[in-house]
Amino acid sequence: MSDFELCVAQLEAHYGDFQALFGIDFNVSKGEVIAVIGSNGAGKSTLMRSISGLMTNGASQVIFQGEPIGALRADEVAARGIALVPEGRQLFPSLSVEENLIIGSQIGRTGFWSLQRVHELFPILQERRHQPSTSLSGGQQQMVAIGRALMANPDLLLLDEVSLGLAPVVIKSIYEALPRIIEGGMSAVIVEQDISKALSVSTRFYCLQEGRVSLEGKSGSQTREEISRAYFGV
Amino acid sequence: MNSSETHTVVRSSRASYMAGIAGIVVLIVLVAAPLWAGRADMRLMSEIFLYLALASLWNLLAGYAGLVSVGQQAFVGFGGYLLFALTIFGGLHPLLAIGVASLFGAAMSVPVAALIFRLRGAYFAIGTWVVAEVFRLTFAQISALGGGSGSSLPVKIVKSVASGRTMREWTSYWLALGLVVLVLVVVYLFLRSRKGLALTAIRDNELAAGSLGIDIWRTQFLVYVVTAGLTTMTGGLIFLQKLRISPDAAFSVNDWTAFVIFIVVIGGIGTIEGPIIGTLVYFALREFLADLGTIYLIVLGIVAILIMLKAPKGLWGLIRAHWGLELFPLTHRVETKTSKEDQHG
Amino acid sequence: MDWINSIVQGVLLGGLYAMIAAGLSLIFGVMRLVNIAHGDLIILAAYLGLTVATALGLYPLIALLIIVPVMAIIGYILQRVILNNTLSDDILPPLLVTFGLSVIIQNALLEIYSADPQKMDPGALGTASANIGGISVGLLPLLMFATAIVVIAGLQFIFYRTALGRAFRAVSDNQEVAQLMGLNKRHVYGLAMALSLAVVAIAGIFLGMRTSFDPSIGGGRLIFGFEAVIIGGLGNLWGTLIGGVILGVAQNIGAQINPGWQVLAGHVVFLVILAFRPRGLFPRMTG
Repeated sequence: MSDFELCVAQLEAHYGDFQALFGIDFNVSKGEVIAVIGSNGAGKSTLMRSISGLMTNGASQVIFQGEPIGALRADEVAARGIALVPEGRQLFPSLSVEENLIIGSQIGRTGFWSLQRVHELFPILQERRHQPSTSLSGGQQQMVAIGRALMANPDLLLLDEVSLGLAPVVIKSIYEALPRIIEGGMSAVIVEQDISKALSVSTRFYCLQEGRVSLEGKSGSQTREEISRAYFGV
Repeated sequence: MNSSETHTVVRSSRASYMAGIAGIVVLIVLVAAPLWAGRADMRLMSEIFLYLALASLWNLLAGYAGLVSVGQQAFVGFGGYLLFALTIFGGLHPLLAIGVASLFGAAMSVPVAALIFRLRGAYFAIGTWVVAEVFRLTFAQISALGGGSGSSLPVKIVKSVASGRTMREWTSYWLALGLVVLVLVVVYLFLRSRKGLALTAIRDNELAAGSLGIDIWRTQFLVYVVTAGLTTMTGGLIFLQKLRISPDAAFSVNDWTAFVIFIVVIGGIGTIEGPIIGTLVYFALREFLADLGTIYLIVLGIVAILIMLKAPKGLWGLIRAHWGLELFPLTHRVETKTSKEDQHG
Repeated sequence: MDWINSIVQGVLLGGLYAMIAAGLSLIFGVMRLVNIAHGDLIILAAYLGLTVATALGLYPLIALLIIVPVMAIIGYILQRVILNNTLSDDILPPLLVTFGLSVIIQNALLEIYSADPQKMDPGALGTASANIGGISVGLLPLLMFATAIVVIAGLQFIFYRTALGRAFRAVSDNQEVAQLMGLNKRHVYGLAMALSLAVVAIAGIFLGMRTSFDPSIGGGRLIFGFEAVIIGGLGNLWGTLIGGVILGVAQNIGAQINPGWQVLAGHVVFLVILAFRPRGLFPRMTG
C-alpha cells in the first residue's frame, strides 16, 4: 500500500441521484505515468475531479503519500502536491498569460519549476506573456494550462484530455514535451480518448467503462481487441 | 402498458380536499366575524388579511417569478395616495376609487417595468427601491396632498363608505377579507395556469425554461403588472383604514417591504402556504414582542436570516418535508393505487 | 456664480458617492454579491467613528486608523460566518440575508444611539476653504474628493497589480479552477469583503464629518452608491468615480432649482441613463 504515491480504493461518486463511479480501485507509483482511457461518460473526468478534490469523497477513498485526502477541499489537495490540468484548459480570462502562470505558484511549493523553466519549455509563452490569455491559440492555451500546473511543483500531475480540440501537430508537440515535464520524478495521470497516444507515453493504463474499471495492465501488453472490448463494452 | 391501471397522475390529495373544505368553513366563519368578534379583533384580523395579501403578492413576484423587489412600497403608497386624490379631487366613491387606483397602479407599472427590467438579479432589487423613492419624493412635492407632512381623509368621504361607525368597520373588515381571498385565488389560479407552470420552470431553471421556448420576459412582465395592480389595491385599502397618509408612511420600506419579506421567508418562499404561515407567525410574535419596539425588528431579522441559511424553504418547507402535505395542490404526482404508502412520495 | 458653485460642490460630493460605489462594485466584481446592507454598514462605521473619537478624544480622521481595521475585521467575519453560506446560483439567499442584516444593523443603531441626528466635529477643517478661480471650495470636501481618488487608484492597483488582486480576478473568473490553484475561495471572499468594508469605513467617517447622520439613512446611501455604479458602468472603478460625480452634480443642480428636488434629481438622472444607456456610460462587465 505505502509504496503507492496515490491509492484510490473503492471510490464511488455521485452527481445528485446519478452515480458516476462504482468502486474504482486505482494506483499510481512514484514516477509512473498512468493512462486512463475510456469513452465519453465513462467516468474519467469524474475520477480526476475526485482525486483533485473538486468532488469530495470519504477521506480514505483517496490516499496520497500515505495520507487520506479524499475529504479535503481542492485547495488543500493542491497544497499537498496534486495539480490538475482541467479538461478544456480553463484559463482565467481576466489574467494575462504570465499571471495565469504565476497564479499556479500561489500555493508556495518550491522545486524545479519556475516561470523561467516554463518559458524554456514553451518559449512562445514568454513572447506572449503580457497578452490576455484569451488571445492565444488553443495549443498555446494548453501550454499555459500545463505550465500553470507545473508552477505548483506538484508530485502528481493530472492531465485531463489535453489533446481535445487541438490540431494533430500541436498534440504532437505537447506529447513530445511530456518526457521533459516528468523527468524530475513527478508522477502523472493522463486522461485521453486517443488510445494509441495514451498507451505510447504511459507505463500502465486503466480503461474505464460506465464508471467501472473494465481493464488494466501494462501499456502495450494487451491486444487491440481486448482493449476495444474494454473500451466499448462489446 | 397496464401501468395506467395501477397508477394515476393526480394533483389533489386527500389533504388538499380536506383543506379545501376547511377553507370554505373558515371563510364562512370569517365572513360572520361581526357576529362573534370584537372591534379590536376585527381590526387585527383586517391587518392580518392585508399583510397576507402583500406577502402573497411579493411571494408570487420573488418566489415564483424570480423578481426580487424591495420596492413594492411604491405601489402600496401609490394606492393610498390615489385613494385620497380620486376621492378628494375626483369626487369618486372610496371603493370605486380603490378599483380605479389598482388599474392606475397596473398601468404605472408598465413604464416602470420597461425601465428596471434592464437590471438583473440583485441590481433589479435596488432598482425597484429607487423607483419607490422617486414615488415618495414626488408625492412629497404635491402640496395639494399635504406635501411632506401628508393629509387626512375628509370626514365626508369617510362617511360615504357607510354612515354608521360600526357598519364602516364591518365594511372595512369585509373588504380586507375579500381582498385577501381575491389575491389568494388569483395567485392560485395563476400558478395552475400554463403561464404559472412556465413561471415555476423559470424559477427552477432559467436556462431550461428558455430552451423550452417560454418567453421569460413576457411572463415576468405580466406577473409584475398584475402584482402591481393588486398591491396598489391593497395600499388603497390600508389607507382607507388608516384615514391618514404621509409620504414616509405610505412609502415605508420597513412597513411594506421588510416585514413582508420576513413573513414570506419565515413561512416559506415559493409556496402558496408559506405566506399564510408566515403571516400568522409574524402577528403571533408581534403580540408577544410588540413592547420591545426596535428589538422586535432585530429579532425578526435574525430569525429570517437563520431560516434563510438553515431552512431556505421556511416553516412550511419543514412541515411539508415531514408530512408531505400540500394544501394548495400545484404539483402533479403519480400515485400507485395498490400501495398507500407511496401516496406522498 | 451660484450655479458654478453648486456644480463644484456636486463634483466634490461625487467623491463620497464614488467611495460608497467602489466598495459595492468590488464585492460584486469578485463574488456577484450585492450587499443590501452596504449603506447601513457605512452608517455603522460613522457611529463607530463617533464613539471612538469621543471616547478617546481623537480627531475623526485619526479615528480612521482604528475604524478601518475594525470594519475590515467585521467584514471578514461577516463573510466567513454568514455570507459565504448564501452564495450559490440562486440570487435569493444573499439578497434576503443582506436585506435582513440591513434591518438588523439599522435597528441596533437605533436602539444604541437613538434616532437623534449626530455629527462628527471636523474642527477647523470644517470651515476652512480655498479660493480656486474665484470659487470658495471647502477644504473638507476637497480632501474627501482627493481621498476618493486615492481610494479608487489604490483599489485599481490592488486589483490589477498584486497577488491579492490576481486571486480576486481568478476566483471571479472561475471558482473551481481557482481552488485548483490552492486558493480557498471562502478566504478570498472574506478578504474581498474586508477590503470593501475598509473603504466603507473611510466613506463613513467622511460622511459623518460632512453632514449629520442618523440610523435611518443607510438605505439612501446604498441607493446613491448603486446609482453611481450603474451610471459609471459595471466593473469599471474609474467609471464609478464619474458616476458618483454625475450623481453629485445632478443632486446639487436639483437642489439649486428647488431644495425638495435634490435627491429626486439624482434619481431622475439615474433613470434617464438607465433608459438610454442601460449598461452605464463606461461598462466593462455584463451584469
